[in-house]
Amino acid sequence: MPVLKFQNVSKVYDNVTKALTDVSFSVEEGEFVSVIGPSGSGKSTLLRCVNRLVDATQGSILLDGRDITRADKNEIRRIRKRTGMIFQHYNLVDRLSIIENVLHGRLGHKSALAGAVGHFTEREKEDAFRILAKLGLTEQAYKRCDELSGGQKQRVGIARSLMQEPRLILCDEPIASLDPSSAKVIMDHLSDINKTMNITCILNLHQVDVAMKYSKRIIGITLGRIVYDGPPERLSKSKIHEIYQSSEGELITDAGC
Amino acid sequence: MPGVSMEKAPIPENQTSVFVVRKRTFTLVFLGVSAVFAISSVVTDYNVIDGFVAIPRAVSWIAENFVPDKKAWSRFPNILEKLIETALLSVAVTVCAAVCALFSALLGTKTTKINPWIGRGVRIVAAFFRNVPDVVWAILLLFSFGQNILTGFFALFFYTFGVLTRTFIETIDEVSANCVEALRATGANLLQTVFQGILPSSAPEIVSWILYMIETNIRNSTLIGVLTATGIGYMFDLYYKRMDYGSAGLVVISIVALVILIETISNQIRKAIM
Ligand SMILES: Nc1ncnc2c1ncn2[C@@H]1O[C@H](COP(=O)(O)OP(=O)(O)O)[C@@H](O)[C@H]1O
Ligand SMILES: [Mg+2]
Repeated sequence: MPVLKFQNVSKVYDNVTKALTDVSFSVEEGEFVSVIGPSGSGKSTLLRCVNRLVDATQGSILLDGRDITRADKNEIRRIRKRTGMIFQHYNLVDRLSIIENVLHGRLGHKSALAGAVGHFTEREKEDAFRILAKLGLTEQAYKRCDELSGGQKQRVGIARSLMQEPRLILCDEPIASLDPSSAKVIMDHLSDINKTMNITCILNLHQVDVAMKYSKRIIGITLGRIVYDGPPERLSKSKIHEIYQSSEGELITDAGC
Repeated sequence: MPGVSMEKAPIPENQTSVFVVRKRTFTLVFLGVSAVFAISSVVTDYNVIDGFVAIPRAVSWIAENFVPDKKAWSRFPNILEKLIETALLSVAVTVCAAVCALFSALLGTKTTKINPWIGRGVRIVAAFFRNVPDVVWAILLLFSFGQNILTGFFALFFYTFGVLTRTFIETIDEVSANCVEALRATGANLLQTVFQGILPSSAPEIVSWILYMIETNIRNSTLIGVLTATGIGYMFDLYYKRMDYGSAGLVVISIVALVILIETISNQIRKAIM
């Protein structure tokens, strides 16, 4: 059974903006899928439909076989607590310490009050430090997030999502604000998490070359429609131009190829 | 310059240059302001020259009459007592209003996504409270409470509540929208999002605004005190009407001293928390 299945999903914002149109695909457990497409093509909307930060207008989305488009509040919380999310701008609470931000990954698993006052068990703290060690952030654990570099912040973002014990991690342009070497560190961590912990990853990416290097499957979307779904080897140059709606020579990837 | 040919650099044709546009705008604004000034002078029958000539006279009158004399200093304990009363009232009003404003800001901000209609309602109510000046609130409340400390309290409270609700909403939207999205995505509920995300990220701004409103309210409560016959404003009014200008002057000086003191303290606090 696929972990995630989109069936004819459409999303229209404010009755005018068609962000997704008739999107169907499914993702098996342990896959590492990259979604590519130009700005405004609907990549962020697609990811946010999975954890219901955005409500799809039509169609059904099956998570572990259960349709989540009609989930109630409790059900949504249940979905979210096992689904990690990583953001382009990291979305950390900058004025809190790294360890506190990592522990935020447990909020969905705790009672409202314990979470609100920040009461975490010894076990949870231990897990948090173990994850920080894995990501090379032990030294920074008590620093405030606004003292970190972009690459370090994104590693805190990854640590927070790992604290959720996720089955699935959604990454919305995880490396778009990073320099190439930090971007590589982040991509290597995500790839490693996918392989060693068998966590399914879906990534929105801007960089076609990165997507082709790291993932075995690429989904290309243009104007809210899937125009490519397959392995990177079959993704021809002309297909890339179709996805980005550009002509020969206009894309940076054209240079050097 | 080697390498750069001396040909004319190409400039866009058939378009008005931004420099010309800017010059034109400046000229128009200057003419407009002058015209408004001239018209309002004529309408209000106000002569600018006379106004400026009157300044030295006014200053010397104040200097002659408002200098605290011996009688004024003998009243200093009374003045100090009222001054402290006014300061405490301002702090109390601001803190009460801030607590209420924080709750309504949490309802009013789009970040928490509680309910769009409640949010809109809160923003309209806050705009109303804010746009009625505190002095007008005091005059309106005089009818229901009379010349009473409650009148002053509520006048300042309503205005402060309106201002703080708006600024808190803006602060929350600005500084915590991103982290709130992330916390919601982890499955955190509203209470957890508020305490773990919104409050930690917006606390310094919130405290800074509260301090600012305490300063403002100490200044404003003087004027409101004149209307409601309470606090330091009443003292000033009393001495002034008795033509005891020395004591009235001492009141003014002590208000200024208090405001400067409060400003200094709040700047220290701001530095410490930012
Ligand atoms: N909250 C929103 N309200 C209205 N329109 C939106 C909203 N979010 C995204 N859109 C619109 O939906 C389309 C897809 O946006 P998005 O999913 O962010 O694309 P991408 O992530 O690929 O850049 C765009 O036209 C965008 O303007
Ligand atoms: Mg996007």
